[in-house]
Amino acid sequence: MRGGPLGRLLAAAWRAPGGRTGLLLLLGFGALATLAPPFLTDPATMSDVTAGAMAPSMAHPFGTDHLSRDVLSRVINGARISLVIALVAVAVSLVLGAGVGMVAGYVGGAVDAILMRLVDGARAIPRLFLLLLLILVWERIPLTALILVLGFTGWLGTSRLVRGEVLRLRHAPFILAARSLGASPYRVLRVHLLPNVAGPLIVAATLGLGEVILLEAGLSFLGLGVQPPTPSWGGMILEARPVLITAPWTSLFPGLAIACTVLAGNLVGDALQASLDPRTA
Amino acid sequence: MSALSVSNLRVRFPRRRGEGWFHPVDGVTLSVEPGEMLAVVGESGSGKSLTCLALLRLLPPPGEIAAGSAIRVDGADVLALDAEGLRQLRGGKVGMVFQDPAASLDPLYTAGAHVIEALRAHHRLTAAAARARAIELLREVGVGRDRVDAYPHQLSGGQRQRVMIAAALAGEPTLLIADEPTSALDVTVQAQLLDLLGELRARRGMAILFVSHDLALVATRADRVTVMYAGKVVETGPTSALFADPAHPYTRALLAATPSLNEPDRVIEPIPGGVPDPKAWPPGCRFHPRCAARFEPCDTREPEWFPLGAERHAQCWLHGNANGDP
Repeated sequence: MRGGPLGRLLAAAWRAPGGRTGLLLLLGFGALATLAPPFLTDPATMSDVTAGAMAPSMAHPFGTDHLSRDVLSRVINGARISLVIALVAVAVSLVLGAGVGMVAGYVGGAVDAILMRLVDGARAIPRLFLLLLLILVWERIPLTALILVLGFTGWLGTSRLVRGEVLRLRHAPFILAARSLGASPYRVLRVHLLPNVAGPLIVAATLGLGEVILLEAGLSFLGLGVQPPTPSWGGMILEARPVLITAPWTSLFPGLAIACTVLAGNLVGDALQASLDPRTA
Repeated sequence: MSALSVSNLRVRFPRRRGEGWFHPVDGVTLSVEPGEMLAVVGESGSGKSLTCLALLRLLPPPGEIAAGSAIRVDGADVLALDAEGLRQLRGGKVGMVFQDPAASLDPLYTAGAHVIEALRAHHRLTAAAARARAIELLREVGVGRDRVDAYPHQLSGGQRQRVMIAAALAGEPTLLIADEPTSALDVTVQAQLLDLLGELRARRGMAILFVSHDLALVATRADRVTVMYAGKVVETGPTSALFADPAHPYTRALLAATPSLNEPDRVIEPIPGGVPDPKAWPPGCRFHPRCAARFEPCDTREPEWFPLGAERHAQCWLHGNANGDP
């Protein structure tokens, strides 16, 4: 009962072992990203350019890349960028997707038809293509713009998902009962429909997290995402491509970071979905 | 003034293909006096539930109330209310309890939370005051303090329906609409819930519109009975008089189809056929294809609303003639 909605959500995730692992991983990444950088070498420092990529050692636990920059420092500094991009972009698309989906599903009729045809139209354009078009407007894209562009292109699927759930629940007896007791339409949406679609929404969010991290990597590879020398996980893997065989550590560690983040997100999502539904808690 | 008065209520839905509408509720007239329990009985498909939903204007779209209908609660015209007025009426002056208590509670909220939500929809209350009042209301309907924080799936069917009743009482209603509130429950729980409704009525002076397909259930508890068939009211009258001497052949047939403890040897006779399709109501009297007593005008002319002494009416040609003379 205490601690507000966010506190209750975190507590719910913490109760399941998988959720706890995921939360610890995410918290660990977050803490490293915020606290560690002052103690690390500057990610732009090239200690010995002539040496090229050096294997992991005491001085460089994750080795160095082809420009002899410390991979550990770059992975941790990259976490700042990649996590912020992913979290904010996913939050933007969740809010948009949930809002559009709930309005379309609950109001129905012409509003639903118009919104969903617009969504269908936008979905017909591949997301990467849409991103490329938008991003080509900028010479060097500002980070805020990149985040917003990722967020504004990511809500289409979520809105369809939420609309479907709302359509399923709209005529449920408990919604009718709430209305018969004097709940306003806004209250029905916020208090009864939104929490009941939270499960699928959270799963969409965790999957979206991985998708955004990978998209950002793809954009960075094309030189359109996070601009070098700012490190981002995707950018690092793709910069490491020429030395993939000779210096595998340069792509392995950022790859592991991506995999662990996506996994952690999914673990938390699963735990939340299971515990938000009191029937399975 | 009646707690509820409904006259010529018609509910219409558009036909799937082509033009026009069909009327699953087609001219319902009834009234409930303050503190009275009126039972509305009829087979499935007679329009009972749609009538209940229409009273609070909760019809599922594209259904709507046809022009010419009138619904008044304590004299106030329900059909003239704006959205906010309607919201205040629902759960305020009029409480409503539905058929399936398992599905009528939001699975994500506790028993107490449902009652608190209904309270705060109608009164300005702090969280603590609302909770205290919810606990009182739940106690009034027989849900203990230890069940206040239980989720719907942790409650029995009877307890769930008690929670629904407590939530419906939150706005201190003058009328409670109960749409087959016990049909999904077993017989002993049914009796307990009916006793509870009786107590609440006596204590609060609240009128109850009780919908049921079970005549035996209604016989001992309701003050008056209204019998519905095929979207219309066919007979209405005080319970004892109506059961002792049913005027409409449909009421007679319903009683003949109901087992009775007083006459264990009586043969139970089912009514032949089924309720007609609302998209094609039969001409004349709607019961005539199933009626044993039908005669000349029944299949062509709709019977009028013939009075049968004090407070009794039947819509049947047996009780009048085409000239309108009784």
